[in-house]
Amino acid sequence: MADPMKIRARMEGDLVEVKVLMAHEMETGLRKDSSGKLVPAWFIQNVTATCNGKTVLAAEWGPAVSKNPFLSFRFRGGKPGDKVAISWVDNHGDKRTDEATIS
Amino acid sequence: MHSGRRKALQGAGGLAVMGLMAAAGLLRPTAARAEWNKEAFTTKSFADAVKAMGGSQPTESHDILINSPDIAENGAVVPFTISSKVPNTQSIALLVEKNPNILAADFEIPQGTEPWINTRVKMGQTSRVIALVKAGDKYYYNAKEVKVTLGGCGG
Repeated sequence: MADPMKIRARMEGDLVEVKVLMAHEMETGLRKDSSGKLVPAWFIQNVTATCNGKTVLAAEWGPAVSKNPFLSFRFRGGKPGDKVAISWVDNHGDKRTDEATIS
Repeated sequence: MHSGRRKALQGAGGLAVMGLMAAAGLLRPTAARAEWNKEAFTTKSFADAVKAMGGSQPTESHDILINSPDIAENGAVVPFTISSKVPNTQSIALLVEKNPNILAADFEIPQGTEPWINTRVKMGQTSRVIALVKAGDKYYYNAKEVKVTLGGCGG
C-alpha cells in the first residue's frame, strides 16, 4: 500500500482551494537502471476528487506527471467542515483514497 | 430460490461490482469517457493527440493562460498553472510537444469547479507546451515555449 496523500482544503472566499501531494514513483518506463535495464512503467493513471458525493475533479494522467505528484484546484459548493476525498489508481491497479476536512 | 441467488451475488460480487463500476467509468460524471485513454497517451503529435481525445482542428485562444517558468532548471519537476477563460470549459489537457508521448495530463472540470489547475510535469528537453481546452464540442489551445537546462526523462 502506498503512503498516504497530504491533502489541504481551505476556503478562499466562496471557493475551496485543494492542494494534494501524492507519494508515487511515477516511472515512465523509459528510464534505465544502473545495470542498463529498463525500469518498467509505474504511474498514476486516474485521479478523482469528490466533495459531498459530487465529483469536483477527474483526471487522467500519463507518466509525464512528476514523481510524487502535486495537484491544486478550486471548486465551489463546499463549506468548512465538509470532507474532500481524493482517490488515485495506478497502472498496476493499486489504489489509494484519502480525505481532508475543509477549513 | 431467488433470494439464494441474490445472496450469493451480494456476497461474492459486492466489491467486484464497485471495482467494475469504477473501471467502467460509471462513478464519473460523464460515463462516455473511457477510464484511461491509452490511445491519447501514446500519441506523438499534437494533431494525433487531439484526434485521440475526440476533437479536431483546435482554435488558438489567448483566453487560455499558461503560467510556468520560462526556463526550467530541472526538467523532472516543471510547475504549470493553467487557467481558462473560455466559457463552458469542460476539460483542460497539458501537452509537452517534445516528450516521448505528447499528452501529460487531462483534467475534467465538472460544473462548479474553476477552470484552474496547478500541477508539475516532466520535460525531457526544451519544448513547446500546449494547453488544450474543451468547451462544448469545440477545442481551443494556447502554447508556450519552456526552456529546460536539465532534462527530466534521461537515464
